Amino acid sequence: MRNVLPLALLLAAAIALPWAAEAMGQPATIGLATRIMCLGIAAASLNLILGHGGMVSFGHAAYYGLGAYTVGILWEHFRLGEPLFGLIPGTNQLLITLPVSMLVAGVASALIGALSLRTTGVQFIMITLAFAQMVFFLFVGLKAYGGDDGLLIRRRNIVPGLDLRDQDQLYWLCLGFLVAWLFLQWRIVESRFGRVLEGIRQNERRMAAIGIATYRYKLAAFVIAGMGCGLAGALTANYLRFVSPDLMAWQKSGEIMVMVILGGVGTLLGPVVGAAALVGMEYVLGGITENWQFFLGPILLAVVLWAPGGIMGLLGRGARRG
Amino acid sequence: MRLERRSLLAGLGLAPLAAPAFSQGAPLKIGMITTLSGPGGYIGQDIRDGFQIALDQEQGRLGGQAVQVMIEDDGFRPPQGKAVVERFLRNERIRLFTGVVFSNILGAVAPDVLDADGIYVSPNAGPSNFAGRECHRNYFVVSWQNDSLHESAGELANRLGHRRMFILAPNYQAGRDALAGFRRLFKGEVVQEIYTRLDQTDYAAELAQIRAARPEAVFQFHPGGLGIAFLRQYAQAGLLATIPQVMPAPSMDAGTLAAVGDAAEGVNLSSHWNSDFPNAPSRAFVTAFRAKHNRTPTYYAQQSYDSALAIGAALRQTRGSVDPAAFRTAMLRADFVSTRGNFRFNTNQHPIQDWFSLKVERVNGQLAIVTKDKILENHGDVFAAQCRI
Amino acid sequence: MSALVVEQLLNGLQFGIMLFLLAAGLTLVFGIMGVINLAHGSLFMVGAYAAALVAQASGSWWLGLLAGVAAAAATGMVIEFVVLRRLYARDHLDQVLATFGLILFFNQGITMLFGRQPLMVQLPQGFAGSIEIMPGVPYPTFRLLIIAVGLLVALGLYVLIQRTRIGMLVRAGATHREMVRALGVDIRLLYTVVFGLGALLAGLAGVMAGPVSNVQVGMGEQILILTFVVVVIGGIGSVRGALFGALLVGITQTLLSGFVPGWLRQVMPGSEADALGAALSSMGVYVLMAVVLLVKPKGLFPAHA
Repeated sequence: MRNVLPLALLLAAAIALPWAAEAMGQPATIGLATRIMCLGIAAASLNLILGHGGMVSFGHAAYYGLGAYTVGILWEHFRLGEPLFGLIPGTNQLLITLPVSMLVAGVASALIGALSLRTTGVQFIMITLAFAQMVFFLFVGLKAYGGDDGLLIRRRNIVPGLDLRDQDQLYWLCLGFLVAWLFLQWRIVESRFGRVLEGIRQNERRMAAIGIATYRYKLAAFVIAGMGCGLAGALTANYLRFVSPDLMAWQKSGEIMVMVILGGVGTLLGPVVGAAALVGMEYVLGGITENWQFFLGPILLAVVLWAPGGIMGLLGRGARRG
Repeated sequence: MRLERRSLLAGLGLAPLAAPAFSQGAPLKIGMITTLSGPGGYIGQDIRDGFQIALDQEQGRLGGQAVQVMIEDDGFRPPQGKAVVERFLRNERIRLFTGVVFSNILGAVAPDVLDADGIYVSPNAGPSNFAGRECHRNYFVVSWQNDSLHESAGELANRLGHRRMFILAPNYQAGRDALAGFRRLFKGEVVQEIYTRLDQTDYAAELAQIRAARPEAVFQFHPGGLGIAFLRQYAQAGLLATIPQVMPAPSMDAGTLAAVGDAAEGVNLSSHWNSDFPNAPSRAFVTAFRAKHNRTPTYYAQQSYDSALAIGAALRQTRGSVDPAAFRTAMLRADFVSTRGNFRFNTNQHPIQDWFSLKVERVNGQLAIVTKDKILENHGDVFAAQCRI
Repeated sequence: MSALVVEQLLNGLQFGIMLFLLAAGLTLVFGIMGVINLAHGSLFMVGAYAAALVAQASGSWWLGLLAGVAAAAATGMVIEFVVLRRLYARDHLDQVLATFGLILFFNQGITMLFGRQPLMVQLPQGFAGSIEIMPGVPYPTFRLLIIAVGLLVALGLYVLIQRTRIGMLVRAGATHREMVRALGVDIRLLYTVVFGLGALLAGLAGVMAGPVSNVQVGMGEQILILTFVVVVIGGIGSVRGALFGALLVGITQTLLSGFVPGWLRQVMPGSEADALGAALSSMGVYVLMAVVLLVKPKGLFPAHA
C-alpha cells in the first residue's frame, strides 16, 4: 500500500505555492503551475490508455482542444447573445461549461475510438493521428471562431463562491480537479476494469481467449481518457483566455505523450511529474537559451533508451511493467 | 516554444553624463513583443533595430527619460505572444508595450495589455477591428491603419489604368483588411479574389487560377517570406511578363527585393515611406541605420523609429510618467518630426498621412525601389467615424 | 477551363511525386525494419538545407543536388547507427518518442547553425522558365523535372526491388522479417542499406522541394504527416503502394484545394469560404485514409501476407 505521507506533503506544498510565489516575488510562477495542473490532467488521462491500456494514441490533443474550444464557443455565443445553431444559448458559467466540455470530448472520443480501435499497431497510431488532424483542420477552417488566429475569451468563466480572475483561485481550482482526477484514476486502475485493461495491454489475445470483450473495455478507457483531456482543455481555456487550433495539433499530442514518458508510464504521479518537468524545462532552459529544445531532444532519447521508467522510475517508484 | 530574452540595457551607464533624468531610480521599462523567428523574423529584427536607432540618438533615453527595452519573440504564434505579455505584466510590471508585427498576434496581445490598463503603441499592425468600434484610449498606432495601406494600392491601380484585377492575400485579419481596403478605392472590376494560407509556401494552385482568369493585373498582399515565395513562383510560372503586379509596400520591402532579385523589376508599389525620402529626419535615420547595420532599413524599421520618437515626445511632456491619461494627452499632440514628413493622429489614434507610388527600377545598374508620385494626401481611415473615445 | 484542370492535375502529380520520394523510404523502413521513424522529415530538411547552402556557395544547383542527397544519406546512416539500432527491439511508443526527440534536436540544431530565415534556392539554368505543354498552358519547367525525376526513381526502385538480389531480400524482409533472419541473412547490412536508401530518397525530395517552397526549419514536419498517411494508405512495406498512395493523396489534396473554395464561395463570403475550403481539402486526405483503413486495414497493397 502506498505511503501516504509523501503524497500529503506534496499536496500541502502545492496548496501553499501561491503564497510562496508571492513572497519570493515571482507571481508568474502561479500561472506556470496552473498550466502544469491542467496539462497534468491531460497527461494522466493519456496515461490511462497508454500506460495501462497499451494504446498509443497520437491524437488525444484533439479532445484537449475540443474541451478548450467548447468553453471558447460557449463564451463567444454568450458575448454575442446569439444561441449556437439557434438553439443552445451561450454561457459563461463554469458549472455548465466544464461538464459540457467533458461531454463533447467524450462523444468525440467515442466516435473516433469506435472507428480507430478496429485497427492495431502502427495503423492505430496513424489513424488516431489522422482524426486529430481532421479536427485540427476543421477548427483552422472555422473563421467564425477565429480559425488560425484563435478565439479570445475576454473573461474567465464565473462560478459561485470563487473569483477566477484571481489567479490564485484559478490555480487552486485546477489543483483540486487534478487531485480529484488522479484519485478517480487510481480507483479505476485498482478496480477490476483496470486489471482487465492491464491484461489487454500485456496480451490482448489471451484476454479475448478467456472471454473478455476487449474492444468494449478499450473503448471505455479511450472515452474516459478523452473526457479527462476535455476537462484539462476547458480549464486551460479559462487560464489562457484564448483558444487556438494549436491546442489540437499533433505536436501537442506529442508533447502530452512526452510528459507521460518523461514522468513515468503507468505510474500515478508520473504524468504530472512529467508535465512539471517539461513545462519547467521550457521555462528555465528557455530563459537561458532560446535553443533549449536542442537539449530536450537528446534528453528524451536518453530517457527512452536508458531510463524507460521515466523520472518516477529513477526515483524508485516506477511501475511494474510486464 | 521559443523564447528569446535579451534586454537592451539602453545606456544605463551613461545616465549620469547625459541630460538630467526626469525620474529618479530605475529606468522606464518598455515591453517589446515582436516576431524574431520564422519567415517573418527579419521584420521583427528591423523593428528592434529601428527602435534602437532612436535610443542611440538620445544615449539610451527617449524624451529625456532613461529607458530599458525588454524584447521577446512571439514566434509568430498568438499563444506565445500572450505568454510573453503575461510575464511582462506580472513579473516585470511593465506598463508600456510595443513591437507586434502581425495582426493576428496583436489580436491576442493587445486585449491583455489594455485590460491591465497598460499602453500599447503599434509600430506595424493596424487591424480594422481596433480602429473602429473597439478602439481604446490606451491604444495608439504609428504605422498605418491596415486598410488605408491597401486603399492607396487601389488608388495606384486606378492611376495605372488597370480595369480588371485578380486579388490575393493570406487569410488573417490583415489579409482581410487588405482585400477590403483595396476594393474600397479601386474603381475597376475584381475578377477573382483568393485568400491564401498564412503557412503556405507553394502557390502553384493559385497561379493556375490567375492564369485561367486572365486579369489585367494582380494585387497581392503577402508580407515577409510569403511575398518572396509568391513572387518567385509567379516569375517561374511565366506570369511576370504578361500580368503585372500592383502591390502594397509589405509585399516588396528591401528584404524581399534582395531575395527575389531580377524578378522584381518593374513592379509598382504604394507606400507611405521610402528610404530615398529627401526630408532631413528620414535621411539622418537611413544614414545612421546603414552605418550601424550595413543594410537599407525597411519601412518596418522606420515605423519603429517613428514609434520611438512618438513615445519620446510623449515622455518628454509627461516627464517620464506612463500614467495613461497624461501619456495619452501628450502622445496625441504628436510633437515630433516624422521621417514621413506629414503626420498627425486621427480621432481614433491612428495616423493621418500621405501615400506615394513607388517603382522597382535600375539605378546605376542596381535594382532599387524608387519613389514616384504622391497619390493620396492627408489620408486617414474609414473606421475613425465608428470610434468613440 | 480545361487548361485550369490540366494545370491543377499536373500540380497534384508533382506534389504526389514529392510525397512518393519520401514515402518510398519510409515504407521500406517500416516494413523491413519495423521502426517508426518520425525523424524522416528531418532528413528531408537536411537534404534541402545542404543543397541550398552548397548551391549558394558554388553557384551550381546540380552540385547542390549531389550535396543534399549525400548529406541526407550520411545523416541517415549516423542516425541508424547511433539511435535506431537500439530501437529495433523496442515497442512503437519508444520509437515514436525517441525519434520525436530527434526532430527537436535537428530542428533546433539547424536553427542554431543557420538561423531562422528561410533560404532561397535559385533554380538551375534552363529550368527557370516554363514549357507550353498544351496550347495556353505554360507549366514551370522545374516542376516537370520533379515529375520526371520521381518517375525515374519509381522505375529504378522497381528494377532494384524486383530484379536484384538485394531487392529480393528487401521483399522477403518486408513480408516476414524473422524468417529472413532465421535464414541467415546479414540483417544488419540489409537494415543499413534500406535505411540509407530511404534517407537518400528523403534528401532528394528535400533538394527538389527547395526551389518550389521555402527551405526553412520545420519544413519536414509539415510534409511528414502526409507521408505517413501515404504509407498507411499504400500499405506498409510496399513501394508500389507508396507510389499509388502518394499520387492519390497528392492529386486529391491539390484538386480539392484548387476547386472547393470556389464552390464554397457561392454560398458564403470570401474569407470564410477560402478558410473552410482549405480546411476541407486538408481534411479530405484524412477522410480518405480513414475510409481506406476501415475497408482494408492493412492498406491497399500490403506487403505482409
